[in-house]
Parts: sequence; C-alpha cells; structure tokens
Amino acid sequence: MKKLLIIAFVVLFAPVAMAAGGSGYPLDKVNFDMNNKDSLQRGAKLFVNYCLNCHSAGYARYNRVAADLGITDEQMSDNMIFTTDENGEKSKVGSLMKVAMTEKYAKEAFGTKIPDLTLIARVRGTDWLYTYLRTFYMDDSRPTGMNNAVFPDVGMPHVLWELQGYQKAIKETTVDENGNEHTSILGFETVQPGSMTGPEYDQAMRDLVGFLSYMGEPVQMERQRLGLYVLLFLALLFVVSYFLKKEYWKDVH
Amino acid sequence: MNNLLAWIDARFPLTKMWEEHLSKYYAPKNFNFWYFFGSLALLVLVIQIVTGIFLTMNYKPDGALAFASVEYIMRDVEWGWLIRYMHSTGASAFFVVVYLHMFRGMMYGSYKKPRELVWIFGMFIYLVLMAEAFMGYLLPWGQMSYWGAQVIISLFSAIPVVGDDLALWIRGDYVISDATLNRFFAFHVIAVPLVLLGLVVAHIIALHEVGSNNPDGVDIKKKKDENGIPLDGIPFHPYYSVKDIVGVVVFLMVFSLIIFYAPEMGGYFLEHANFIPADPLKTPEHIAPVWYFTPFYAILRAVPDKFLGVVAMGAAIAILFVLPWLDRNPVRSIRYRSAAYKFLLVLFVISFVALGWLGMQPATPILTLFAQIFSFIYFGFFVALFFISKNEKTKPVPERVTG
Repeated sequence: MKKLLIIAFVVLFAPVAMAAGGSGYPLDKVNFDMNNKDSLQRGAKLFVNYCLNCHSAGYARYNRVAADLGITDEQMSDNMIFTTDENGEKSKVGSLMKVAMTEKYAKEAFGTKIPDLTLIARVRGTDWLYTYLRTFYMDDSRPTGMNNAVFPDVGMPHVLWELQGYQKAIKETTVDENGNEHTSILGFETVQPGSMTGPEYDQAMRDLVGFLSYMGEPVQMERQRLGLYVLLFLALLFVVSYFLKKEYWKDVH
Repeated sequence: MNNLLAWIDARFPLTKMWEEHLSKYYAPKNFNFWYFFGSLALLVLVIQIVTGIFLTMNYKPDGALAFASVEYIMRDVEWGWLIRYMHSTGASAFFVVVYLHMFRGMMYGSYKKPRELVWIFGMFIYLVLMAEAFMGYLLPWGQMSYWGAQVIISLFSAIPVVGDDLALWIRGDYVISDATLNRFFAFHVIAVPLVLLGLVVAHIIALHEVGSNNPDGVDIKKKKDENGIPLDGIPFHPYYSVKDIVGVVVFLMVFSLIIFYAPEMGGYFLEHANFIPADPLKTPEHIAPVWYFTPFYAILRAVPDKFLGVVAMGAAIAILFVLPWLDRNPVRSIRYRSAAYKFLLVLFVISFVALGWLGMQPATPILTLFAQIFSFIYFGFFVALFFISKNEKTKPVPERVTG
C-alpha cells in the first residue's frame, strides 16, 4: 500500500544550510538561471495559476513582467491574467498584479493577513522559499491538515498538492541534558504521489523561485549587465587619472 | 574673459576665494592614503543631495503610500532603481568614509591645537549626520524603518520626569505614525541638510584658517621660503585636486560594485525585514539598527538600566567632543608617540568594531557580557589617554615632513 520514497535532501545539504525563521530546519540551496527565459516563464505560469489568487503582487505590473520575460502583451492578457479589477472586469495588462481577496476575508478563512509576494524573495531569501515550497507535510492537528518544516504552523494550505502529492514527515525526538524534548524533521515519505515526480517538482519549484526572485527586483539582470560597462569605464578613467596625477606630481620632491 | 573676471572681482571676491581655498591654499606635500576621505565625504554629500532631490520627486511621505512609492521608484520610474540604490548605498558609504576620516584625525592628532575647532565642527557634522541617517531610514516605511524608529525614540522616554512627554512630542503621536513620517521627511530633506551644509562650510573654513595637518604632525608654517610659502607646502589645486580625482575614481569603483552587484550588501545596507511594509501590530523577531549605529546601540544595551544606558550611549559620543583636551600630549602624529599610546589606539579600534558587531546580534547573556567588556575598553581609552598623555615618552618630531 505504501510506496516508500525517502527524500534525503535534508541530510545531504545539512552542512551548507542555514537555519531561518526560527524553525531550525536546514535550508536547501536553490540554483536557477535568471537568464533562462523559459524557466522564468514556467515560473510565472505557476505563479499566476497557483499563487495569484490569494496572494497579490501589488507592486508589479503584468506588462512589465511580459516585457522582461519575452512575451507579448496579448499573450500575457490571453493566457496569464485571471484577476479582475475593482469593476469586476478582467485586469488590464498595464495594471498592478492585485487580487480580489480582501484582508477581512483572508482573516476569516486563514486566520491571518495574506502577504503580498512581490518582494517575498528579498524578505525570505530564495533558499528559504525553495525549501518552504517543498516541505509541506501532513499534520492532523492543523486546520488545513498540513504543516510546514521551515514555517511551522503556517496558515497556508498545501496549494501545490496536485503537483507534489502528499507526504508525511519522518521525525526524531531527542531529550537534551535539561530534560527538554526537541522534535526535528529528518526527511519526508510520500503518502500519495502527485502529477509530478520528485525531480520534476523540484525543477518546477526552481522555476517558481526564480520567478519570485525576478519579481523581487525586476532590474537585477539589467543592473548586472550595466555594472560591467560602468566598471570598465571607471577602470579606463582610473588609468587616465593616475597618469595625470603622476604628470603633475613629477616636480614635487 | 579677463574683463568679466575683473568686473566680478570688483563686486565679489571670486579670485580671492579661489586662491585662498584652492590655488594658493598650501597643503603639506606628504598626504597619504588616509587623506582621501575628506574630499570623498564631500563627494558623498553631493551624491546624497542630488539623488535625494530626484527621489523626492516620486516619493510620497504618507503612511499609506510611502512603501509603495519606493517600489514605484524601483520599478516604474526611469532609472529610479539606480537613483535609489545610489542613495541607500551612499548613506552607508557616508559613514564608512566619515569613520575613516575621523580615525585619520585620531591617528595623526589632527584635533590638537590649533585645530580643536576643526575637530568640534567635524563632531557636530557627525552628530547631525546620524540624525539625518536615522530620519531618512524611516522614510521607506518598512518593518525595520518603523520598529527601529520606535525603539530609538522610546529611548527618550527613559529620561526622568519629561521623558514620556518628550517622546510624544518627537513622534507627534503615541506610536510612530503618519505624523512622525511627515515630520521626519521635512527634517530629512530640508532642515537637517541645511544645518549639515552650514557645518561643512564651517569645518572647511576653520581648516583653511589654520592649515592642514599631515601624517608627521609637523607644522609646515614654521618653515617658509622668501615668499612666505611653506617649504613643505604645495598648492591644493592642481596637486591635490588631481590626486583626489584618483581617489574619487577608486571610490566610485567600489561604490559601483556595491550598487550594481550587491545593493543590499547581504542585508547590511538594506535590511531584509525592510522589504515588508511597516506593520504597527507585528514586531519583527529581531530589531537591529543599521550597521553604522550598532557600536552605540551595543553600549546602550550593555548597561542594565535603561536610563543609564541612554546616558552611556550619549557619553560615548559626547566624549569624542572633548578629545582635544583629554589628549594632553603636544606631539600630534602616532609616528612619534609612545608604544603605550599605539596600544591604546589599537584597543580602541578593536572595541569599536567589536561593539559594532555585537550591536547587530541578539542580546544573549554572554554577548552582553562581551558588550560590557568592550564598552569598558571604549571609555577606558579616553581615561587612560588622559593620564598617559601627560608624561608620555615620545620620539623627537622632525623639523620638516618626511617622505
């Protein structure tokens, strides 16, 4: 009945990972290529389908995302805009990526404010997001039936369960010298597989985290490209100014 | 052209000022690496004012709009991201440059007679700069802006009798609010910069009145040629203007590296929690001021009593004002001072850096103990200096500058 698949990333990356959010769960390192437009587009697709219903991205605009990711405004409008504006009409391509859910409704449904995700990669860091999205596990004590390894008692349900499936945590309880019990999560065990295999899901999350990183600072690729020219110019200016100084100072003894 | 100049000179001392402050201002010829930071501080001041003007064009000083307006600048305003990163990096760069500039003054005794006022004007600049940075940090209206300001302003309420009313008066509300944001904006963009500019002018005028010190601490005005020009002096322009350009270019390279490749500087220049909009109902897990305030923050936390902590923090800054009178040794440069003095200065630097690090960490009992030890060393430096400088065994100071 039970197909056992132990995901051992916890142990593998434990030395390089850092504790965050106070959970003590080690973070997995994420690698994504910000120059890979396909990956960013896949991430954007996941984002508008799964996140941008409850979470807003209220500082970003659809057409800016389209321009940066190499898609036309029409493609964006036809395939990626599922939100409506305050008049109930489909959001315009130049509008901010806001959602219809009100703060009041969110409080009633999830017991908390739902954070805007525009800057989430700059707040949490990409390693945290990558680990968070992959470590939802079954927990009957929670209202949603799910808990999270890096964000204990999180209010968000496991929205991506269709893709990842359900997993349960393998926990270990230790007692320290003061007699206090500490429970830590060693790994996960799949209970019900989703539509994606483990590696496929990991790749999908790399795409999504890459997109979130892009959205946190849309200009980051552009600034790194420009920085090179600025530094080259300054290097040239350094040579000129250095010899100018030398020329002037040759009669100072 | 010459006629125009003569016309102006008859009505305004243009040539006179040019000569007094640049072309006939004789600076010692032996300035080293440490002497770049004065002109660099001036450069950063200009960067901050110019980028600040452009930021003001799109920023909204309103509790409901401020955070989003900063993101608007980052995303929708043409080159807004560059202007904003220049300003945020410039704030940290200002303190880096000013700390190095102050350390130079300590190393070469630039605060000693006759430059006491240069030092005091400089200290006022530092004090005003801290106010400017503190108020500016509230404006992005992120979580760290909000709670950092909350913590710092609540310090005023530790003052006996008037404290609570004083804190209320500063905030204009019972908590940090829109009213606080508006007044901090007014102070940050006009009131404090005006004071800062006035002090910078006073600092430079006082310096040019007495002349620059140098790494040897030698008084170059003692040895003059037949024209009354110091033998070891060279005109600031063109010699130091061309030299400072090299320093400016190197500075801009480091500055650009940060702006284009690490604008958050790992969370030291732009703190991660400041990308969350201010939320008066949700205190962040760990509130730490920006790095340039942390040495004093560590001293504050090292003292168990809140009011005495505020007093200690104030004293840590105030004591620097009287440094010219605490150091009773007439020898200026560290090059000719005793091993005891060198040892003290090294200890002082270590304690300042250590306190800076400690101020960023959560206050655990062991770290608080370290903060107490380093605070003791920080103040101990000034006490020990007062006593050892009286009868210090110094080396003979040369008549002319070396190297």
